[in-house]
Amino acid sequence: MQPFTVLTAIAAPLPMANVDTDQIIPARFLKTIKRSGLGKHLLAGHRYDDQDQERPDFVLNREPYRAAEIMIAHENFGCGSSREHAPWALLDFGIRSVIAPSFADIFHGNCFKNGILPVVLPRSVCDQLMEDAKLGANARITVDLERQVVVRPSGAEIPFSVDHFRRHMLLNGLDEIGQTLARTAEIATYETARHTAKPWMPSISL
Amino acid sequence: MSAIRPRTLFDKIWADHVVEQLEDGTALLYIDRHLVHEVTSPQAFEGLRAAGRRVHAPGNTIATVDHNVPTSGRREGIKEPESRLQVETLQDNVREFGVPFFDILDERQGIVHIVGPEQGISLPGMTIVCGDSHTSTHGAMGAWAVGIGTSEVEHVLATQTLLQKPAKNMLVEVNGTLPAGCTAKDVVLAIIGKIGTAGGTGHVIEFAGEVIRNLDMAGRLTVCNMSIEGGARAGLIAPDETTFAYIKGRPFAPQGEDFDRAVAYWKTLPSDPGAHYDTVVRIDGAEIQPMVTWGTNPEAVLPITGIVPNPDEVQDEAERVQMQRALDYMGLTAGTKLTDIPVDVVFIGSCTNARIEDMRAAAAVARGRHVAPNVRALVVPGSGLVKTQAEAEGLAEVFLEAGFEWREPGCSMCLAMNPDKLQPGERCASTSNRNFEGRQGKGGRTHLLSPAMAAAAAVTGRLTDIRELV
Repeated sequence: MQPFTVLTAIAAPLPMANVDTDQIIPARFLKTIKRSGLGKHLLAGHRYDDQDQERPDFVLNREPYRAAEIMIAHENFGCGSSREHAPWALLDFGIRSVIAPSFADIFHGNCFKNGILPVVLPRSVCDQLMEDAKLGANARITVDLERQVVVRPSGAEIPFSVDHFRRHMLLNGLDEIGQTLARTAEIATYETARHTAKPWMPSISL
Repeated sequence: MSAIRPRTLFDKIWADHVVEQLEDGTALLYIDRHLVHEVTSPQAFEGLRAAGRRVHAPGNTIATVDHNVPTSGRREGIKEPESRLQVETLQDNVREFGVPFFDILDERQGIVHIVGPEQGISLPGMTIVCGDSHTSTHGAMGAWAVGIGTSEVEHVLATQTLLQKPAKNMLVEVNGTLPAGCTAKDVVLAIIGKIGTAGGTGHVIEFAGEVIRNLDMAGRLTVCNMSIEGGARAGLIAPDETTFAYIKGRPFAPQGEDFDRAVAYWKTLPSDPGAHYDTVVRIDGAEIQPMVTWGTNPEAVLPITGIVPNPDEVQDEAERVQMQRALDYMGLTAGTKLTDIPVDVVFIGSCTNARIEDMRAAAAVARGRHVAPNVRALVVPGSGLVKTQAEAEGLAEVFLEAGFEWREPGCSMCLAMNPDKLQPGERCASTSNRNFEGRQGKGGRTHLLSPAMAAAAAVTGRLTDIRELV
């Protein structure tokens, strides 16, 4: 996983609440066995019309937002399914950080596994950042995970909080599975105790 | 005597599965059951392969195919190349990694959330995960069951554990007695209407109260299924005699003396009196009515006696814009009576409502009636076993005589990943769980409701108050 430290980038304003995972990446695009290539389908229903032509007024179809690496949205971003295709689509498009007043739990967790930083800030702050983002390429926003601040184009800094463990993993781009496999002995100890405590526990075998 | 802090059902399951407590509250949790399907697993198996890792505990794992499978003519194979590739990829992966598998022509195949409880694979007190948000369904067994992303699927395959921070406890208590015509689906839609789609975010919801207690297991599974639609990754219900009776004798449940020992343990699980809940919501069951959604997320729900709401009456501008967008997408006009909304398609199925009890409820309405002209109505059982049982009970015949299509098990029209999907502009009365834009097909319009209400819409051709038909 690519580490996330400091990102200064164009931010795309998406002033919508409840952007669900079916909007982020519709189910018809989930029939892939790869992680890559989903960027062109990101927010497909918003970006393309019935003839699959770009809607020119949608933010991601306009300059400079085609090069956006930050997205700013309203409440409950990423609600709905557990599909990791949602963060994969964002990442493939180039988005490395999403700023919103709140996120759905599964999506929020999935972001961290893919080097995307979700930043929770109050609605009023998100609205300010949304106004900054509307200024386009002249108003880049910085998301600094090391210092845990978002820096507005004016230089004003807004602190945000993030889970300590997840911050550590993201800053260092660490592979969670590798970390857990280092605890194989603890897992084996648990399994032995589980077998003793719940000897009735069936094992699935066909 | 030192007092032990009273704990919730969730607290107990959590404590029982901590392999190691890490910093800042994060715990390494042991996973008892991992359900795998073809959509969210290919990249996980690929990750294992690339790193030379194996599946840690195949005996805790079960795979089946559901999202992509066609619901007719499946003996001829899957025509759509991308769907076929996903299914074949899972077939190859389970063989390579030694994972137990119900393949497409196995009678035990079905929607993964129907199959787990039906087979006795999902049991009380367990930690259950699946790369699918409706894993919350299994919480009805008295388990902690959550949807996970593909990276976590890979983590569980490789280590049989998950890194988690504990959720907060939320109690949703539905007391009293449900009025006639109301079902578990109406209960959960009413709950979501009250708490909103983000109301349960960061929480595990424990559903309790007289109404929940009186639900059969099918109803409890329906309620927990839609926990995620209220923002909660997990919803659960304390195991009781209803739960134990349901489990007894199922193929992968403990048998004989083992069953009795398991029950003794399961009886220790219900929340202690005085256990702390961070959030408490109480609902009077007597006030619940048959519900239907009008908008593009599940909190946009009203009693069937209601009218399409008016955006001009909404104060917040962003909310008003969003409501207008929903009405435009749904092709609805403020003030329209919900019962005046015609439907083109009726879908009875999905992990929410495709159990035998749901088939019975729909068939009771369909019996002796006929699907309205210009309406296409599909009934899709949740598993091969539900299909067989429905056929044995004569329900399939009832549906076919009434002009419904009787199909083979799978996710079908819940999410448009297989040939069953809505055409742009088509309006569907659906027993599924999500009415998001495009969920049932690009441009499709979804109204969520109960199986009985769906069958009623099929025979009248419009959204209908079930109480008019019984």
